[in-house]
Amino acid sequence: MHTKTTILTLPEDELVYPGNRACAGCALGIAYRIGLKALGKNTIIVVPPSCLTVLQGLYPIAATKLPSLNVTFASTAAAATGLLGALKARNKKGINVVGWAGDGGTSDIGLQSLSGACERGDNFLFVCYDNEGYMNTGVQRSGTTPLGALTANTPIKGKLQHKKDVPAIMNAHRIPYVATCSAAYPLDLYDKIKKALTFEGVKYIHIHTPCPPGWGFDPRYAVKVGKLAVETGLYELYEVENSHVRLTGASKKLMEKRKLLPVKDYFRAQSRFAILSDNQIEQQQKEVNERWKDYFEILDDSDEETAD
Amino acid sequence: MQMIESGNVAAALGVKLSRAQVIAAYPITPQTPLTEKLSEFIEAGDMSAEYIPVESEHSALAVCIASSSAGARSFTATSANGLLYMHEQIHWASGARLPIVMCVVNRGVGAPWTVWNDHQDSMSQRDTGWIQIYANDHQQIIDAVIKAYALAEEVMIPVMVCYDGYLLSHTYMPFDIPDVSLADSFLPPYKPAYCLDPGEPANLNTVTLPDVRDDINGNRAHGYFEIRHLLQQDMIASMDALERIDSRFKTVFGRGGNPFIESYRTDDAEFIAVGIGSLSYHLRDVVDNLRDEGISVGGMSIQLYRPFPYSAVAEALKGCRGIIVFEKALSYGYQGPVCSDIKSALYQHGRQNSHRPFVLNYILGLGGREIVTKDLYDALKLSCTTGPDAPDELRWIGLKI
Repeated sequence: MHTKTTILTLPEDELVYPGNRACAGCALGIAYRIGLKALGKNTIIVVPPSCLTVLQGLYPIAATKLPSLNVTFASTAAAATGLLGALKARNKKGINVVGWAGDGGTSDIGLQSLSGACERGDNFLFVCYDNEGYMNTGVQRSGTTPLGALTANTPIKGKLQHKKDVPAIMNAHRIPYVATCSAAYPLDLYDKIKKALTFEGVKYIHIHTPCPPGWGFDPRYAVKVGKLAVETGLYELYEVENSHVRLTGASKKLMEKRKLLPVKDYFRAQSRFAILSDNQIEQQQKEVNERWKDYFEILDDSDEETAD
Repeated sequence: MQMIESGNVAAALGVKLSRAQVIAAYPITPQTPLTEKLSEFIEAGDMSAEYIPVESEHSALAVCIASSSAGARSFTATSANGLLYMHEQIHWASGARLPIVMCVVNRGVGAPWTVWNDHQDSMSQRDTGWIQIYANDHQQIIDAVIKAYALAEEVMIPVMVCYDGYLLSHTYMPFDIPDVSLADSFLPPYKPAYCLDPGEPANLNTVTLPDVRDDINGNRAHGYFEIRHLLQQDMIASMDALERIDSRFKTVFGRGGNPFIESYRTDDAEFIAVGIGSLSYHLRDVVDNLRDEGISVGGMSIQLYRPFPYSAVAEALKGCRGIIVFEKALSYGYQGPVCSDIKSALYQHGRQNSHRPFVLNYILGLGGREIVTKDLYDALKLSCTTGPDAPDELRWIGLKI
C-alpha cells in the first residue's frame, strides 16, 4: 500500500516547536516529532499526565502546533471517544483523533477506558510511548517496566515481575491494527502511523522509547539503546493487521538474517540493569532464543511454501 | 403538553428538549431509567445525539469533558458511588470551565451499600466548583434541565441538577412538557467562544505555574491562583445570571420565579423549617398542620445550593425566631452541611440586625430510612415550642438505637 518513507520523502513541516521541555536525549522527542508529521495538521490530540505533558510546555506557552486536550490520567481513551462524539454531532469530518499516553497511562491506570473504547470500536488512534516506567514522577515501576530493572520503588531488588504485554492485550480486543515501533526507527514509526490511520476503529501503536535518566545511559545513546533492544530480539517490531501478525522493519531483517545480538549488550548498556547477574541475563537470553526459534520456524515454513 | 410520568422521564425529556448532542452514561440505580430513556429516544430517531455507553462513570464524564471541549452540548447522569467515582473528573470539568449538565439522582453512599435516597452523594461534591440545583418535583426537574444549559453556557460553569432517587425519580406525577419551538427559542444551539479545532490550535488544561507568566508575545497570562479566583467570581455572578434566566423562563413558559429558594407560608412565620428536594414539600403538610394549631411556622426549600444564595437565604429568614433545618446529608464530625451554610449566611445578616434566631438541625432519611410525617410533625412542633432553650446538638429523626 505505502512505499516506504525515507529521510528524503519525510514531510518537512514540523508540528513540534524546537526547544521543548523534554530531557536531553529523550526519545519521546523523536517519536512525537515524527509521529505528528505522520498525523498531520488535521488532528486533535488527547494527552494524559505524562512526560508528554511536560514536553508540550507550561501555560501559556505550548510546544505543539496541534489542538491538544490535557485530560485526567485514566481517561485518555474515553476523552478521545468524547472528541469523536462531538465531531460527529457537529458534522466535522476528516479530523484525526489521537490519544498519546505513556506506559502508565496505557497499561496501568488508562487500561480500563482504553479497553472500553476498543470494545465500542471507536475510530481513533491510541499511541503508547513506552519508556518503561513512571519517568515523569521520578522513575517508579509501571506495568511495562521489564524484569530486573531498578526503579525508584524497586530500588534494591529490581522489578520482580515481567513486563506487561500491552500490544497482546490490545490485540485480544480484535481491533483492526496493532503495531509495535521504536523511537530508534522513526521512519518505520512514521509509516505505521500512516497505515494505522487507514483503518476504522481503535488502532494501537506501541513505541519503545528509551529514557536516558530513567534507564541510566548517556543522552547521546538514546537511539543506540533503542536499536539494541530490537537487535538483541528483546523487543520485536511487528504489526497485526486484522489479526494477521508479521514482523516488520529491523525485526524482519533480523529474522531473515537469523542473527541476533546477545541480550547482554542491551542490559549492560544501562545502569537500571546493574543488579542483573550473568545467570539472570543468560536466563533472559534463553527466553529470547525460544521466542525467536518460533519466528525462524515460521520463516522455514513459509520458505517451504514458497519452494512448493 | 401535560404528561404523567416518572421524574427520570421528566429529566430525559428535558435533555431531549435541550438538544444535548453528546450523552455518555454508565448504569447505576436509580439513574438508569433516565439514560435508558435517552438511548431509546436516540435509537428511535426521536433525538439526534451521540449516545456513548461507557465502561465507567469516570469515563462518562471524560467523554463529556472532551465533547464539551470540542463544542458539543453534553450530558451525563449518575447517582451515589457513580458520582463519587467521577470525583476527579467533576473538579476537572469545572476547572476547564465546561458547560456540562449532569443529573444526579440522589442516593445514599456505601459502605455499606444502600440504593435508597439521601443527599450525601451530591452534598459531598459541594466544593467542586459546580453549580448545584435541587428540584422538588417533576416539573422542576424538566424545567431545571433546560435552565441549567442556559445557565451553564452563559457562565461557563457546569451544572448538577439533583433530585431525589425513587421519591422523585421513580414516582409518577403530572407535569407540563415545554413546547419544542419555545424551548428552542429559549435555549439556542451552543456556540462556544473556543472549541478544539485544528484550524485554531490550542493546548487546553495544560500545566500552570504558581505565578502569572507571559506568553510568547509578552502578554500576561493567568496563573493557577487567578484561574481559581475567576471561578469563584463567576460562581457568585452566576446567581444574577440564574435570576435573569429564570425570569426569562417564566416569561416564556409561565413557570418559575424562585430560582434560589422556595418559601411556603413564611411571610409572618416565627419559625421556618428548611429542607431540600421532596422533603421540603413533605414539610409543607406539617407546616399546614401546625398552622392549624396556631403555631406560626413556614417552610423553605433551597433550590440553588452552590453558589449558596446567602443574601436570599438571610433575607427570607430575616425576623424569624427559629430555623429548623432537616437534612438528608451530614458532614461527619460536625453537622448537616445546609445547617452550617445557613448559620454562616445569618452571621453577617444577624450582625447588621442584632438578630440571632436559634438554629436546630435534624438528620433524617439517610439510606432511605422512611420519613414519617408524624415524626416530622413532632420534631417541628417540639422545636417551635422549646427551640430557644434546646441544646445545640444534632438531632436524629427515626433512629432506632
